[in-house]
Amino acid sequence: MKRFLAGMIAAAAIAVAGATPSVAQQTRIIVVSHGQAADPFWSVVKNGVAKAAADLKVSVDYRAPETFDMVAMSQLIDAAVNQKPAGLVVSIPDASALGPSIQKAVAAGIPVISMNSGSDVSKKLGALLHVGQDEFDAGKAAGEKLASMGGKVGVCVNHEVGNVALDLRCKGFAEGFKGKVTTLPVSNDPSEIRSKVKAALSDASVDTVMALSASLGGEPTLAGVKEAGKIASVRVATFDLSANFLKAIVAGEAAFGIDQQQFLQGYLPVAFLALNAEYGLVPGGNVPSGPNLVTKEKAAQVVDLSAKGIR
Amino acid sequence: MTTSTADLAAGASRPIDPAAEARDERLRRVSLIARLMRRPELGAVAGLVLVTVFFGLTANPAMFTLAGLMTVLSPAAQLGILAIAAALLMIGGEFDLSIGSMIAFSGLVFGALIVVGDLPLLAAIVATFVFAGLMGAVNGQIVIRTRLPSFIVTLAFLFILRGLSLVGLKWTTGGSTQLRGIGDKAGQGVVRELFSGQALEGLFAWLAQANLIAKFPNGTPTVTGVPVGVLWFLAIAALATYVLLRTRFGNWIFAAGGDPNAARNSGVPVNMVKTTLFVLTACAATLVAILTVLDAGSTDARRGFQKEFEAIIAAVIGGCLLTGGYGSAIGAFFGAIIFGMVSIGLTYTSFDSDWFQVFLGGMLLLAVLFNNFIRRKATGER
Repeated sequence: MKRFLAGMIAAAAIAVAGATPSVAQQTRIIVVSHGQAADPFWSVVKNGVAKAAADLKVSVDYRAPETFDMVAMSQLIDAAVNQKPAGLVVSIPDASALGPSIQKAVAAGIPVISMNSGSDVSKKLGALLHVGQDEFDAGKAAGEKLASMGGKVGVCVNHEVGNVALDLRCKGFAEGFKGKVTTLPVSNDPSEIRSKVKAALSDASVDTVMALSASLGGEPTLAGVKEAGKIASVRVATFDLSANFLKAIVAGEAAFGIDQQQFLQGYLPVAFLALNAEYGLVPGGNVPSGPNLVTKEKAAQVVDLSAKGIR
Repeated sequence: MTTSTADLAAGASRPIDPAAEARDERLRRVSLIARLMRRPELGAVAGLVLVTVFFGLTANPAMFTLAGLMTVLSPAAQLGILAIAAALLMIGGEFDLSIGSMIAFSGLVFGALIVVGDLPLLAAIVATFVFAGLMGAVNGQIVIRTRLPSFIVTLAFLFILRGLSLVGLKWTTGGSTQLRGIGDKAGQGVVRELFSGQALEGLFAWLAQANLIAKFPNGTPTVTGVPVGVLWFLAIAALATYVLLRTRFGNWIFAAGGDPNAARNSGVPVNMVKTTLFVLTACAATLVAILTVLDAGSTDARRGFQKEFEAIIAAVIGGCLLTGGYGSAIGAFFGAIIFGMVSIGLTYTSFDSDWFQVFLGGMLLLAVLFNNFIRRKATGER
């Protein structure tokens, strides 16, 4: 039993040795997001954070709750504030749950930048600025592009009816597209999306289909268009990127995917806060990280970079 | 001693009367240290010391300030309220895996009563507790009448309640998985103060004024009060410990979990005890739901996710046996603090967060092993 105890102490000592903080005097920035570490989208954000930390030679800690748990996330923000970092980066998916903790950080004099979600409440809660993609503007840019490609009658495939962000994407699309746009409400069941898209294409005038998420909406939409035999005549575009959708873009089957460039959502806030800590510099307003429309010309490079966890 | 019948079956909890011990020559004298070491919670206290030493060496010193303590206690309190109820139920020989989902479901019921039902806060709280109590009783009755393992029955409710939370939320909000505006509609007042925000704010403001506690560079104190959840946690831990060790019902719990047949034969109402304990766990989940919903002002379908496992882990760290009949409430109290310390403490270190779950699991395993080692040592390798 003594040996067992000694073993445990040794194990603890090894853990301690491995954990000795490497930097003590560096500027310290803490990032608290709602994205789980294993989520491919958020691992790109985290890579952006790490790159900014390396480039600007600051120490950054990235924290996220293990599950989508807003109570746990507010506790992580509280714990971050207590360490008095030189800057705090947060995503705000639920303003009422996270608001008090963020306001506490602001009241404590810690500069806060919000990213990814929460552009509507960022200013109100006292954040310096927001780095993210405006859903409406992104939809509008996509609509304009599709109209310039010759689209006249469009369908917006909404796979999460009631999600305000998705409503805004469709609204922006309609605004930019200028032509006739109908919203097609579907569930996120791929076979349902496929058959509903096929049914919508029975109206021969439809020449453009917009999906709101590459893997959930874009891929089944593309399959539906293929089954209807209209892949050559109907333009398909989607929000966000996925490996299969990128392949379709490279093959010329799909028009483009809208990249919100979440790498920047990790990189820029950390860079801004590092510059703020050193020189007191801060941009004067929100920074849109996207949209960047990934068309056939850019797709090959994106495929390459997404394998490296940058897009 | 309040009862003699249940005593035989409830040996684990029997408080030793020193006078009686001295009189009876058949009993071997046991030293104070050995008696102390045989308490089920000792391992948890030792584990807490181990974890504290670990973070003392690796974490940012801010963790061990007053404000750091509050950031640790806040999640520990929420988990602890569940863990203490789960510990009592485990001592009583049953499991409740539905408590995590119960948090989401009670939160939905509570939110819907306030936002859609326009009920005043107190009425909504009472109604939610009554509803949760009924759900607990249903759980208990199914387990008792079918004699199926509670593990399976409550596992079914884990899914049922989680699913109902999603359905109910979409139905209440017209399609969203998040119900907002509860905090604004709940209004202010004494009842609100009991269930949300912080307590003892005056004391902390005075302490800050007198420069006795730390302040941020701009002068606001780092701690403005104790979260009410922490006070609930302390009160429930004290009450549960008292009930378990000093009342007839406490002896019944040990008896029902240790050997239900022997307990029945000696007149313990085992079914009543178990049903009450199921009601208790459901109500503990509801208390956590109300505390978090009022603090966050919103609820969503993912609230309380996996909390049932965390609660059972905390109870086991605290010395509860999975077989029932042995354990303590104060042990679960320390178990929850260990859990809170590990989960928040890691954010005070410079570990890469990708390693978070590995560390969490490793620390918990270490705490349980250490706990087990101490207990075996103390009880003489039984």
